[in-house]
Amino acid sequence: MSKTLARLFAGKTGPVLFVIAAIIAIWYVAAILMNTPWQRDVFARAGTDYSTSMLIAATLAQERPVLPAPHQVAVEIWKTTALKKITSKRSLVFHSWVTLSSTLLGFLIGTALGIALAVAIVHSRTLDRSLMPWIITSQTIPILAIAPMIIVVLNAIGISGLLPKAFISTYLSFFPVTVGMVKGLRSPDPMNLDLLRTYSASRAQIFWKLRWPSSVPFLFASMKVAVAISLVGAIVGELPTGAVAGLGARLLAGSYYGQTIQIWSALIAAAIIAASLVTLVGIANTIVLKRMGGQPS
Amino acid sequence: MRDLVTDFIVNHPLLPILAGLAALMALMLSASGEAGLVIAVPRLVLAALALAGGAAFCLWRSEWAILASAASAHLTAWFLIESLAQLAGAAGAGFWALTIGAWLMAWYLAERLSALEPASAGARRIVNIAVPVLFGVWLLVLWELIVRGAGVPWVLLPPPSQVGVRFAASLDILAADFRQTFMKAVLIGYALGCGAGFVVAVLVDRTPFLRRGLLPVGNMVSALPIIGVAPIMVMWFGFDWPSKAAVVVIMTFFPMLVNTVAGLAAAGKMERDLMHTYAAGYWQSLIKLRLPAALPFIFNALKINSTLALIGAIVAEFFGTPIVGMGFRISTEVGRMNIDMVWAEIAVAALAGSLFYGLVSVIERALTFWHPSYRS
Repeated sequence: MSKTLARLFAGKTGPVLFVIAAIIAIWYVAAILMNTPWQRDVFARAGTDYSTSMLIAATLAQERPVLPAPHQVAVEIWKTTALKKITSKRSLVFHSWVTLSSTLLGFLIGTALGIALAVAIVHSRTLDRSLMPWIITSQTIPILAIAPMIIVVLNAIGISGLLPKAFISTYLSFFPVTVGMVKGLRSPDPMNLDLLRTYSASRAQIFWKLRWPSSVPFLFASMKVAVAISLVGAIVGELPTGAVAGLGARLLAGSYYGQTIQIWSALIAAAIIAASLVTLVGIANTIVLKRMGGQPS
Repeated sequence: MRDLVTDFIVNHPLLPILAGLAALMALMLSASGEAGLVIAVPRLVLAALALAGGAAFCLWRSEWAILASAASAHLTAWFLIESLAQLAGAAGAGFWALTIGAWLMAWYLAERLSALEPASAGARRIVNIAVPVLFGVWLLVLWELIVRGAGVPWVLLPPPSQVGVRFAASLDILAADFRQTFMKAVLIGYALGCGAGFVVAVLVDRTPFLRRGLLPVGNMVSALPIIGVAPIMVMWFGFDWPSKAAVVVIMTFFPMLVNTVAGLAAAGKMERDLMHTYAAGYWQSLIKLRLPAALPFIFNALKINSTLALIGAIVAEFFGTPIVGMGFRISTEVGRMNIDMVWAEIAVAALAGSLFYGLVSVIERALTFWHPSYRS
């Protein structure tokens, strides 16, 4: 028993569990501390005498706490996912799906665009010199900050629904893919390139047989970044649409009405989606690399 | 590296031929519904002549093609922009043919420039700057020509000249917004977030147990949509800049933590052993070996954070602000359909973001000159 425990703590699982437990503990302490002033006020106004344990219990059960306790958020998530119909406007699954669909669409377009740009850049010196600096500059423009404007403008010319939000995700996600793929397509060993040249391989053959396979690890590494950033783009893209649907709309509605528990549950839902998307890309990475005959590192 | 596309374009003057043909063809097409044929609009005739003349010169004296195509492309663009006063919103086929011709000429110029392989380092640097600058300038030129020529409503996309006018006219508002968002929220949040991330990373590094636990969690948190805490921070810290700075702190903390922890592990075993044989203490080996070795990682985080900080501060302003700030201005001016003001604000943000990033890169170069990526 103690041996398995020791092994657990020598690896990663134990420390990670410990850190998560510590975060939850800190969260509880913070919740108690931050909710106390208001709770004292309530007790004082009602004229009730209270003990410390009563105060702590009350701080963790407020309806609109400054910082909701983890279990309150968990209960809220359970109520809005398992106990509501999926089609209901109050179901978190419904809102998550709205966000997820535009995330995935934007991610797919962004990845395709990123790969296309990288292929063009690797094959043309002019594009490499002229486009690459601007691709990097394009990311210093805080697109997230002007995302609401893009949504409003696209709505004005009649493009509404999924596409405008997906456009934001595309803009954000093409960048890591382009940068990663340019690096990846240039990663083959000069020796291997020379070998293919001695075989008098054509450009297309060099691309498909050497450059593309050796860029796959880079592709997946950048896709992990891209999918996470797509989700952020989709959420911010939902902020200005008048709080109709989606996790971003949930955040905005929650902040308007002071529903802190709702905000936190939307945040946790977003975190869970982000983590699952990144994990999925990671799993795809493992499968693809295995089928390509790579050795697990 | 040899490059098929560039070699082909430089050796076969296809682009100038096409540009010249476009110029000649344009003379026979219509300038716009009202102004009649291109022949009837003096500025367009000048544009066509500049384009055709440049193309002919490129074919005649190939060694002077760079100067000829540069002069011809930019003269054509200049005459086209001048002619917009007359043609705005109703440009005809002739105008578009000239636009395409000018663009082909600029493309030819870019290819010729990037085919140059100057011997001296200075000249090479100039070419390396000239090509992207050319690209940027032509992006603006085409934006101006297309938006004004086709009469795209300014509510959707204002031409760059209009944005420039608005920028110059509202410098005081832009400066106030910049002070509120950048000088207060971004810089303070950035300094606090990066500082806290760094300090925590150095502390965590002393206990391997915590390091193994925090690194995966930190990586995971870096991928989360942290921007979502903005409404909560606005609730906690109020409408003014502290709440925005708080969002920036949270956004910048984790990239810094993860990168510094990874960087502190980057010093090689040999070097560590060497420090050990010198009987160096923990702090000595930290300051003399491990922190310098971690610098590339730390600067990586500083660069990532420089853009994250700006985004965080601006987005946080959507959830409530006093009546000043870049995010506030963007969201209200969108509501009032003053899109040119929004673009002016975007220009400020892009400029500030690029300069910030550039500054960090310059400091990085100065401090990590020893790193292989700078010693080519």
